[in-house]
Amino acid sequence: MQNILEVKNLTVSFDSEKILDNLSFNLKEKENLVVVGPNGAGKTMLLKALIGMIPFKGEIIWKKDVRIGYVPQKVLPEKNIPLSIEDFFKFKSCLSADRKTDSQQISQALKSVGIGDPSILKKKIGIISAGLLQRILIAWALVDNPEVLLFDEPFSGIDIEGEETIYNLLSRIEKERDLTIILITHDLSVVYKFADSVLCLNKKLICYGSPREALTPNSLNRLYGGEIKFYKHEHK
Amino acid sequence: MGGVAGYLGSLMISKRMALVGDALGHVALPGIGLALLLGLNVSLGAFIFLLAGVLLIWFLEKKTYLTTETLVGVIFVLSLALGFLITPQPELLEALIGDISKVSVVDAAVSIILSVFILYVINKIYPKMMLSSISEDLAAVSRINISKYNLIYLLAISIIVALGVKVVGSLLIGALVIVPAAASRIFSTNMRQYVFWSALFGVLSCILGILISKIIHFPVGPLIILICIAFFAISLIFKKS
Repeated sequence: MQNILEVKNLTVSFDSEKILDNLSFNLKEKENLVVVGPNGAGKTMLLKALIGMIPFKGEIIWKKDVRIGYVPQKVLPEKNIPLSIEDFFKFKSCLSADRKTDSQQISQALKSVGIGDPSILKKKIGIISAGLLQRILIAWALVDNPEVLLFDEPFSGIDIEGEETIYNLLSRIEKERDLTIILITHDLSVVYKFADSVLCLNKKLICYGSPREALTPNSLNRLYGGEIKFYKHEHK
Repeated sequence: MGGVAGYLGSLMISKRMALVGDALGHVALPGIGLALLLGLNVSLGAFIFLLAGVLLIWFLEKKTYLTTETLVGVIFVLSLALGFLITPQPELLEALIGDISKVSVVDAAVSIILSVFILYVINKIYPKMMLSSISEDLAAVSRINISKYNLIYLLAISIIVALGVKVVGSLLIGALVIVPAAASRIFSTNMRQYVFWSALFGVLSCILGILISKIIHFPVGPLIILICIAFFAISLIFKKS
C-alpha cells in the first residue's frame, strides 16, 4: 500500500514555545491512525498543521491531489443564525467553481451519517442538538468524497449514548467509503477498537505503531505522567 | 444604497460586528469636517478617513490579536475627538445627521454605480464570509483567506458609509447598516430570506424616509432611521404572533 501521508521532523511553535517537537510518522492509504494524548499535548495543532492552517517547520507530504475532509472540534453556530442546513451545504459549491455540489451528493452524504429524512435541510443550523450537528459536520466533510478524513475529538461534548453511535458511525463510514481516517481522541478504548496505528503525543512523539505494540505501560506512563492505570481491552 | 447597506449589515450582524458599522460612521467625522471646511465633497473626505481607519484596524488586528470590535472602538473615539475639533460649529449638525439637499445628481449617480459594484463584490464573497463566521477552522480548510475577505468587506463598508453619511449623517449611518438586518434576522430561517429582507428593509426605509420628509419637512436622516426601527418593531410583533 502506498503512503498517503509522510511527516518529517514536524515542529510547530508559538512565540518561542514549542507546541510540537520534531514529529515524524507515515500513514498508508486506507489505514486508520488514532492520535491520543493529554490535554494541551498539541493534538489539535497537529491536525491544523496537516491541513496547512498554521505555520510549521519540517515536511508534510500528502499524496498528490489528495482530497481531505475535516471535522473540527468545536463549531458553535449562534442559536439564531439565519442559516439553514441546506445553506450550509450550499457553501460547498460556492467554494470550488469546478465542483458542483448537487442535492444527490448531499442526500448521499446525509445517508452515510444515518440521516435519511431530507427535511432536516430546512432546519436552522443553530437549533439542532450537538449530536446532530456532529453528524451534519461529518456529512459536510463527506460531500466531496474525500480520501482522507480528519476528525478532531468527534466524541467530545456528546453524551455516552451519542458517543457510541458516532463511533459505530465512523466504522460504518470507513467501510462504506474505503477511507483513510485520522482521529484525535482522549478515549483510549477507541484506539483498540478502531486504530491500525496509534500515535501518542505529548508535544513530542511518545509512541507510534500498532496499538498493541505502541501502548505499553511504559509509554502510557510517559504520556499521562502516571495518572492513568494501564489496561488492555481483552476481546471477548 | 439603502439596500446595499442592509445587505452588508446582514453579514455584519452574523460576524458579531454589529457595532462596527456604527463606529465607522464616526470614523468618517473628521473627514466630513475637513471636507466641509475646505469645500470638498463630503463623501470623498469621509472615504479617505474611513480608508485610513479601516486599513489601520485591519493591520492592528493581524498584529495584536485584539478583536475587530475593540480596535474599532479605539479608532472611533480617536476620530470622534478629532472630528469635533476640526468640524466648524455650524456644520457640525450637518455632519452628524446629514443633509439630503446637498446631494447632487452626480453624487446620486456615483452612489448608484458604486452600490451596484459593491453588491456584486459582496455577493461573491458572501458564502465565504458566512462560513468563516460559523467556523474559522472550516473556512481555513476550505482554503478561504479570511484576512483577505475581511479587508474587502471592511472596504465595502467604508464606501457605503461614505456614501451614506451625506444623507443620514455620521451619527445615524450605523443604524442603516444594523437595523434592517436585525429586523430581518428576527424571523428569517434561511440565508436567502435573511438577505432579501435585510436589503428590502434598507431600500424601503430610505424611500419612505425621503417621501415623508417631503410631506412633513423634517430632516431625512432621522426619519429613515425611525422607519428602520418601525420595521424592526413590526418584525418583533410579527414573530410573537
